[in-house]
Amino acid sequence: MATQLQDTRITQSLPQGSVAWPLPPRTRPDLPNHDPATLEQYLRSAPLEEVDIADPLWWETDTNHVYFKRLRDEAPVFFTSQNSNRHRGFWNVTRWNDVMAVDTNHQVFSSEATLGGITLFDMDPDFIMPMFIAMDPPKHDVQRKAVNPIVSGQNLAGYESLIRERTQEVLDGLPRGEVFDWVDRVSIELTSRMLATLFGWPQERRRMLTYWSDISTSDPELPGNPGKEERQGILLGMLQEFTMLWNERVNAEPTGDLVSMLAHNPATRNMPPMEFMGNLVLLIVGGNDTTRNSISGGLYFLNKNPAEYDKLRANPALVENMVSEIIRYQTPLAHMRRTALQDTVLGGQLIHKGDKVVMWYVSANRDERVLDRPEEFIIDRPRARQHMSFGFGIHRCVGNRLAELQLKILWEEILKRFDKIEVVEEPERVPSAFVRGYKKMLVRIPA
Amino acid sequence: MVKIIYVEHNGARHEVNVPEGENLMEGAVQNNVPGIDGDCGGNAACATCHCYIPSEWQAVTGERSEQEDAMIELADTAKPNSRLACQIKASAAMEGMELHMPATQH
Repeated sequence: MATQLQDTRITQSLPQGSVAWPLPPRTRPDLPNHDPATLEQYLRSAPLEEVDIADPLWWETDTNHVYFKRLRDEAPVFFTSQNSNRHRGFWNVTRWNDVMAVDTNHQVFSSEATLGGITLFDMDPDFIMPMFIAMDPPKHDVQRKAVNPIVSGQNLAGYESLIRERTQEVLDGLPRGEVFDWVDRVSIELTSRMLATLFGWPQERRRMLTYWSDISTSDPELPGNPGKEERQGILLGMLQEFTMLWNERVNAEPTGDLVSMLAHNPATRNMPPMEFMGNLVLLIVGGNDTTRNSISGGLYFLNKNPAEYDKLRANPALVENMVSEIIRYQTPLAHMRRTALQDTVLGGQLIHKGDKVVMWYVSANRDERVLDRPEEFIIDRPRARQHMSFGFGIHRCVGNRLAELQLKILWEEILKRFDKIEVVEEPERVPSAFVRGYKKMLVRIPA
Repeated sequence: MVKIIYVEHNGARHEVNVPEGENLMEGAVQNNVPGIDGDCGGNAACATCHCYIPSEWQAVTGERSEQEDAMIELADTAKPNSRLACQIKASAAMEGMELHMPATQH
């Protein structure tokens, strides 16, 4: 007999707040202003131990790369204790080979949610959302395999014409000769439509998925964002809505969408509500934030590198290779975090059991030791597929082929329609050391 | 050089001469054999060089490593004779070996 999930608003009271909240104020460098030039100058010469690279400041200004270059050269495995009363301190792993060593050693480097999970800031101990990315084997393996078929090659082939039709429709609806926000009109629009399809979620309410994705990764400390308890309430509301879908589908014939797949698979059909919520958050963020920001990033990079844009127009067959280069250059998730299960040595540094280890994909993707001219965006880069953005090892991105397909179709259709799309001002960036992306990017398609 | 025959899921065959000691993922990527991507560069850290080894060749190709096994186990298309091509180094004993690919991999 299949399990019906309970309405969690009734069965689960909201947490009463945790000891660590609110976090103590962070220390920031004393600088005359926070424009990117000033921040970069500071990062070029500041003592390495004085910088807390988890501070959103370095991300909304896109200045973090200066610090990572120094870490790769001077201290490739480096412990940050600045502001450790906020994050307990963490190891920065910045070179390609060291990130690979951590990512492929799940026996030592755990993803377990109750140890803090997979992001630099620990999962709230009073609001643990188990999800398969934040599990170790064997439970990780069976839950991941429950959803894997939706992004199998065979399934993707079935989605291709749908993705193309929608992409055409969205692009054909764009205004000419006027300024608009590419993030909203294209990046969010396309990814939310895809996500609604994957979940069997009503298309007309697709922006709710975007909203929940943003809430899941939002920093409760930043002005304008919901605070911690409000955020938890919103996510419980999401759970309630999805629980209704679950209950409809659990006793019906399988419909091939993610909710139905989770409801019917023996590995996931008896998940407690918080685990269902955790896996929803994982799949929504995984399918939304990441591709969204690569869609925005690609256009931005081509504008910054007009010779590459020319190369692309002259040879549209480069799209497929360019897609991998966009994903490398964007690195939509800047890091993944692990927790050491035992004392271990990495890059000559002794890491203690319980230490937080942050793999900076964004830095590994710029590692001069393994990549030729890594700072440059080169659409016909040889072996462009060899990038770090999907992670490696057992937690490697499950939707990577879908992401590539969405981006490939988008660029094929853009090239058929528009000679040039101009980014008219610097984009607004997400202030996060995890989601590396864009809030807003104004563009114009010449009339 | 060792002659390896990469067989796509649709039956298309690609004969490639792989230098002795080189891994079979590299042998495919360097010769543009479709269907083998080698995204991780040969670390058994993805499964984009997933292939099947016919039973008569299993003695010369050896066993999966622990890491390789973990990656293969997560693939929808895993079979008992699944291997990652990057973990097999070409040797003279493999002359004429066929290596079969799944329909897709990621």
